[in-house]
Amino acid sequence: MNLTNLVWIFFSAAVINNFTLSLFLGLCPFFGVSSKIGTAFRMGVANIFVMVITVIASWALETYVLVHAPYLQLISYIVVIASTVQFVEMVIKKMSPSLFRALGIFLPLITTNCAILGLALFSVSKGYGLVEGIFYALGAGVGLTLALVLMAGLREDVELADTPKIVKGTAMNFFIAGILSMAFMGFAGLFASH
Amino acid sequence: MTAQSDRERAVTELVKGIWRENPVFVALLGLCPAMAVTNSAINALAMGGATFFVLVGSSVLVSLLRSWIPKQVRITTFIVIIATFVTVADYSLHALAPAVYKELGAFIALIVVNCIILGRQEAFASRNSVGLSALDALGMSAGFTLALFMLGSIREVLGNGSFFGVPLFGAGFEPWVVMILPPGGFLTMGTLLMIFNWLSERRKRSAQLLLEGGAA
Amino acid sequence: MSAEEKEASAFSLVATLGVAGFLAGLFIVGIYQITDPVIKANEAAELHEAVFKVVPGSSQLQALALDNGSVKPLAHGDEAEHVIFAAYDAAGTFKGYAVPAQGPGFQDVIRLIYGFDTSTGKTTGMQVLASKETPGLGDKIIKDQHFVGQFTSRTFDGGELLAAKSGEGTLPQHVDTITGATISSKAVIRIMNETQSLWKDAYPAPGAEPALAAPAEGE
Repeated sequence: MNLTNLVWIFFSAAVINNFTLSLFLGLCPFFGVSSKIGTAFRMGVANIFVMVITVIASWALETYVLVHAPYLQLISYIVVIASTVQFVEMVIKKMSPSLFRALGIFLPLITTNCAILGLALFSVSKGYGLVEGIFYALGAGVGLTLALVLMAGLREDVELADTPKIVKGTAMNFFIAGILSMAFMGFAGLFASH
Repeated sequence: MTAQSDRERAVTELVKGIWRENPVFVALLGLCPAMAVTNSAINALAMGGATFFVLVGSSVLVSLLRSWIPKQVRITTFIVIIATFVTVADYSLHALAPAVYKELGAFIALIVVNCIILGRQEAFASRNSVGLSALDALGMSAGFTLALFMLGSIREVLGNGSFFGVPLFGAGFEPWVVMILPPGGFLTMGTLLMIFNWLSERRKRSAQLLLEGGAA
Repeated sequence: MSAEEKEASAFSLVATLGVAGFLAGLFIVGIYQITDPVIKANEAAELHEAVFKVVPGSSQLQALALDNGSVKPLAHGDEAEHVIFAAYDAAGTFKGYAVPAQGPGFQDVIRLIYGFDTSTGKTTGMQVLASKETPGLGDKIIKDQHFVGQFTSRTFDGGELLAAKSGEGTLPQHVDTITGATISSKAVIRIMNETQSLWKDAYPAPGAEPALAAPAEGE
């Protein structure tokens, strides 16, 4: 497909239909590891990495295996994601121990992140090919990282503010997420008007 | 154990998931579906029903097979069992209720990675009898459905001015569209958590007052 | 818990997974066999309904694929990247084309289908199949009767449909946009224009449409 289409796929996944703030995928890490900007950023990068590999693996499965047995989609995706994460972990450990130390503990957590399975399923249901899928994965991963880092930044500040006792902690995080999500609504229509 | 305490235990396992250990409001698990499909009461119920089927089905099966599953491969086996039930739910809903399926879309398939389900297998069904596991799963899925239904009703009534698609207010009502959009999910959840915190704070304070009053 | 006490052998690990996988597969294939015909029938019914709605008077259809700048009938069960549907009435007389189209809207992709009559050069109807436009605003492109209704008689004269402010359209290619949903309405117009430009040279000349293949649908 042409370049404009790829650009649209990327930005649509990254900001207009942000995986976390508008599709609610990957909320566990979003609330779980967003207390520090540094960790949030590393978690995001680990996700981008796994997402791109997952989308390639699911494309291969869809093209060569699942055309014959569509009913095995869910089981095979789950198995593929779990083994991809394990494989990526081993490769990084061998190739770049410093990167492994930075991402290490986040990699296993990604297996149960619904954003990954969601990405594979959405990419197939939207009928994306390999190149479109990779742009979709990059967009989704960048969007996830953006949401995580913004959330972490806001949380670090709110931590110091004098908030009422009953909203401290989780309730406050949901309000912050709601406001962020509203802000991201402003990206809608980015490509529709011209 | 006497029959009496057995029955008490059964009731405890059933009831705990509904409120005291509610998977969504207390344990904050399964947040993705709890936010994503609760823009109307009917979608929330459909999601609750599908999760109910998967959770009860896999809990009973895991509990039945618990002594045959080697420890090392238990998680993988659980996931295979869960994925099977989810595929069944996915296909059945697609065939029987295409309109609802269109609304929920990929979120039915995403039940596979709902942490509540794997969590209950690991924490409960793999260590308890079939009966207790079934009760635990029933309670947990009832709690999950209740949470989804609360979120879905609030969001539909405020955001669309209707309940189960039936308009509630006159033409003069301007719906708070934001409530059925993504931010509404976060804000409703935040508000509910705040109210629960407030209630428990108040209960704690009145208990303390009562205690002080009794001591005086 | 005997499994926890003694170390399970590699054989029993593999055997457990194998049996679990086999049973799961068997079960899934079973449910697939039962539900798949129903799902396929539902989807076909939905498509038929949409086609018959945008091409008034039609009650039968056949898929046509784009092939080197012209169209050729698509065998049942085959797939192609660009497909339109030729719609016929009960007697098998050609009534018009139903053209599926999609493209970016305000929020996400809008999928729609529109009817087109090559003999008059007019659109015969438009229906949005799937969209995530803002409830209460952008989703008027589905619900607004005036907006949807005007597609029963618009032309692509001069190559494309043109957007006009509500009530100010004067030409046959003017489509009134919806106040409060301008971007979504313009997106519908743009999607239709882009798709029409893809097909406009491929439509067979009026009167030369492919005849309805004898048993169109097995079911």
